[in-house]
Amino acid sequence: MKFGIVINEGPYQHQSSDTAYHFTKAALAAGHTIVRVFYYHDGVNNGNNLATPPQDDRDIVKRWSALSKEHNLDLVVCVAAAQRRGIVDADQAKRSGKHAENLADGFRISGLGQLIETGIEADRLMVFGD
Amino acid sequence: MLHTVNKSPFQKNSFDTSLRLSRKGSDILLIEDAVYAALKDSAIAKTVKQAVTTHSIYVLEPDLMARGLQPARLIKGIQIVGYEGFVELAVKNDKVQSWL
Amino acid sequence: MGAIKKFMYINRTAPYGSIYSLEGLEVALIGAAFDQDVSMAFVDDGVFQLKKGQDTSKSGMKNFSLAYSALGDYDITKLYVEKESLQARGLTVEDLMPLTYEDQDDDYQEKPSIRVVDSEQLADIIAEQDVLLNY
Repeated sequence: MKFGIVINEGPYQHQSSDTAYHFTKAALAAGHTIVRVFYYHDGVNNGNNLATPPQDDRDIVKRWSALSKEHNLDLVVCVAAAQRRGIVDADQAKRSGKHAENLADGFRISGLGQLIETGIEADRLMVFGD
Repeated sequence: MLHTVNKSPFQKNSFDTSLRLSRKGSDILLIEDAVYAALKDSAIAKTVKQAVTTHSIYVLEPDLMARGLQPARLIKGIQIVGYEGFVELAVKNDKVQSWL
Repeated sequence: MGAIKKFMYINRTAPYGSIYSLEGLEVALIGAAFDQDVSMAFVDDGVFQLKKGQDTSKSGMKNFSLAYSALGDYDITKLYVEKESLQARGLTVEDLMPLTYEDQDDDYQEKPSIRVVDSEQLADIIAEQDVLLNY
């Protein structure tokens, strides 16, 4: 079965990114496919590779990157939400004259249309948020 | 249909709304802070006990454990599932609504 | 492209206090380009999104309430408002913006988009959807 995952909240502030992560892992372990993970609202902060959590805590950003690498997951950050919150890839940093890029490995920035497409492609759309 | 709820019923009305806007016989899964809805002897226990007779109510075990809630403290008839069970519920039902 | 899916945006938050209602409206408008069967539900504090007379001139926020009247032009013509949520907040349909659409199948007659339904009816409508997004 094909799942789409939507995450509306940032890491550490709210449990939704953790719940989504464990759900995604369990779905993959059961042999299901993840069409896409879509990060929306403050959820785009899950793709900020400048995050440096203390060593005794989980590294939520790295954990998503690693899962993406292992299972070839499509991790998409909503462009409008990302721009408002300062999550930028190399290309956008260049175009908008920002001094840094901070999009984590495995993530890409795209439009809200990808959320609708996920809903169309997936058999089930799972929303995690606040 | 699967309905998930993630808010404590003592803070927000998401659990109430999930009951009001779900058909009888639907599955409701309590996750994150919504696991507190499963407590017996709470101020809302009567509502939840009634809901157990009209809906199938599940609670996510890792979230119970994290909050120090033992199975013995739960309202009878509420079923405990792990993340594997969460996935199975999402597969078994043809659609999912998250009451946030 | 497969079969058309039924998308419903369920709005449960009041405007301005948080971003969700604005985002919900935006995604509904963007999603309209995908030719799916789209409806919106307004439940709990979500009914306040449709309140008439919103004026943000002194709060400095963006007044996006005017954009709801564009929904009809995007073929989003089913706005379900839960009766119980209205009543619990002391509101009636008269308090809401008079949103309409032109019915292409009925000589472009102007018809109301807002449909007040009770919770049992709305539960049935929700159960008929394919994709549910929450704001």
